[in-house]
Amino acid sequence: MTYNINTKGFYGQFGGAFIPEMLHSNIERLQKNYREITGSPAFKAEFDNLMRDYVGRPSPLYFAPNLSKLYGAQIYLKREDLNHTGSHKINNTIGQILLAKHIGKTRIIAETGAGQHGVATATVCALMGIECLVYMGATDIKRQAPNVSRMKMLGAKVIPATSGSQTLKDATNEAIRDWINNPVDTHYIIGSVVGPHPYPDMVARFQSVISEEMKWQLKAQTGNENPDYILACVGGGSNAAGAIYHYIDEPSVKIALTEAAGKGIDSGHSAATSVLGSVGIIHGSKTMLMQTPDGQIVEPYSISAGLDYPGIGPMHAHLIESGRAQVYSATDTEALDAAFELSRIEGIIPALETAHGFAVLKKMTFKPDDVVVINLSGRGDKDLATYIQHDPNVQ
Amino acid sequence: MNRFDILFKQKAARVLNIYTTAGYPTLESTVDTVTALTAAGADIIELGMPYSDPLADGTTIQESSQVALANGMTLETLFAQANAIRTQTDAPIILMGYLNQMLQYGTEAFLSQAQQSGIDGLIIPDLPMDIYVEDYEALFKQYEQGIAFLVTPETSAERIREADRLSTAFLYIVSKSNITGGSSGLDDGQLAYFKTLEEMNLETPKLIGFGIHDKVTFDTACQYGNGAIIGSAFIRHLGKGGSPKDFVSSIIG
Repeated sequence: MTYNINTKGFYGQFGGAFIPEMLHSNIERLQKNYREITGSPAFKAEFDNLMRDYVGRPSPLYFAPNLSKLYGAQIYLKREDLNHTGSHKINNTIGQILLAKHIGKTRIIAETGAGQHGVATATVCALMGIECLVYMGATDIKRQAPNVSRMKMLGAKVIPATSGSQTLKDATNEAIRDWINNPVDTHYIIGSVVGPHPYPDMVARFQSVISEEMKWQLKAQTGNENPDYILACVGGGSNAAGAIYHYIDEPSVKIALTEAAGKGIDSGHSAATSVLGSVGIIHGSKTMLMQTPDGQIVEPYSISAGLDYPGIGPMHAHLIESGRAQVYSATDTEALDAAFELSRIEGIIPALETAHGFAVLKKMTFKPDDVVVINLSGRGDKDLATYIQHDPNVQ
Repeated sequence: MNRFDILFKQKAARVLNIYTTAGYPTLESTVDTVTALTAAGADIIELGMPYSDPLADGTTIQESSQVALANGMTLETLFAQANAIRTQTDAPIILMGYLNQMLQYGTEAFLSQAQQSGIDGLIIPDLPMDIYVEDYEALFKQYEQGIAFLVTPETSAERIREADRLSTAFLYIVSKSNITGGSSGLDDGQLAYFKTLEEMNLETPKLIGFGIHDKVTFDTACQYGNGAIIGSAFIRHLGKGGSPKDFVSSIIG
């Protein structure tokens, strides 16, 4: 069995392209051409150069001595937080902006939750001199103010999404509507491994640079390119997809994904999709999503804007359903505690999203020589306001 | 022969299809709205199944859907209302909604319930033609549900032919690349696109929608298709407290 995508764009029963006809020509063009364009030597050379000189790759793989001691395992952190713009999101936006240029698009739209993808998109648009519009839920605009200012400073227009819970789901709806209205000149840079085929696979491939580097970095540091565990947080799931991509068919590498439980899985304020969800269609993809018995999509909740999403990428839905990945959840409080802990003992302030991935260390048991890689997907500068509110040491 | 076939046999031109959101403006208003529309001369009713995330719809229909959901609208209620409507009119009724609604209800249960409630077909914008053929066409036929596929100015000739072949209710001609709810006139580019469609001599009756909002745009659309679909403009009219009868009169009176 393979865990990867089939020729029709499905991971097992999940994925596909459930899109209105108005999007068909754009999606079909991407489906037919993305592999060829992104696989060409010229494209790869330009992508690799930008990754090295602009993004600052490879990102370090850091052995975290204090965390290792605390949890009794050999814990390594993949430092995506040190990338330009502060998260893994730039890996994908560099790839997609090159693709957009290649197919002659002159206007870029994006959705964003925490603002990390919005900033990464605004950044590459500034670099390439292309018009950029970022849709962001009105709730998220309030709770991620620094990123809103960064996007504006980079020349992007930030458009509030005011429908629904005014978060990532609604921003995505608005971005899709924009694309329907502007099919000719516009490319939609989706920020996660969600949306219609080929987006989940395309984004996963751009993010796969993370596990590509992990392999040789682990080999150099431990003598073995395979870790025992890979841990990552999952909203849509792009950082997790990148961190596991080259290990998916390596069964000895255990995958632990962490969803946001919000105020608790059964509290009615949660975003733990794989537990609370069922099979359905969201944003053009068949996947697990939180919905009512009548098929209405449920408004999710998480303290972290980037995980506040009622769906999950089809690749992850398949990995979870097939048992390849273990899924955990962390509440707001557990994530905050993990962020405070990492800050104090390793001197690294993680993004709130990322902190969810660390929170499960407490819930897992390791052997002392287990090699554990945690994808440190983003830095916490954008979350300072939230941290200040909750950290007794700061108050 | 289904109700669409009967209608188009009797009336090949100036067919008026009006969209209304079930459960809007009030939960109980659906039956009265629809029967008033057909009594005033609407030929087809497109009954919107309110959805939380209607991707292809503009602000007007989104907002009416939110109101309907807040009013407590469900698919069960909608089927019951369709049943009540069917006792009062023979006009074809086509449901408009999103694939997730049908999937979550259970595809076969949904289609069977639709048939029993006197519904004649569905418009599901996020159900692509290839998946329809693979997974759903046989069930639609079994429960005598028609389907209307959308074609847009971006749709290739080959796909237009496929939509023509697969559509069993009518062919939904999206007037321009847009979500619903536009209110500008029809421009030269659109007219050229309608002409191209006309020259293809398609078999399925063509109804033109998106941006059709008054008598002028309806009359123009009717020159190129068998009729037209009006949605957002009617919802705006209802939202202001206007009557279905007055609206229909303003279009075909």
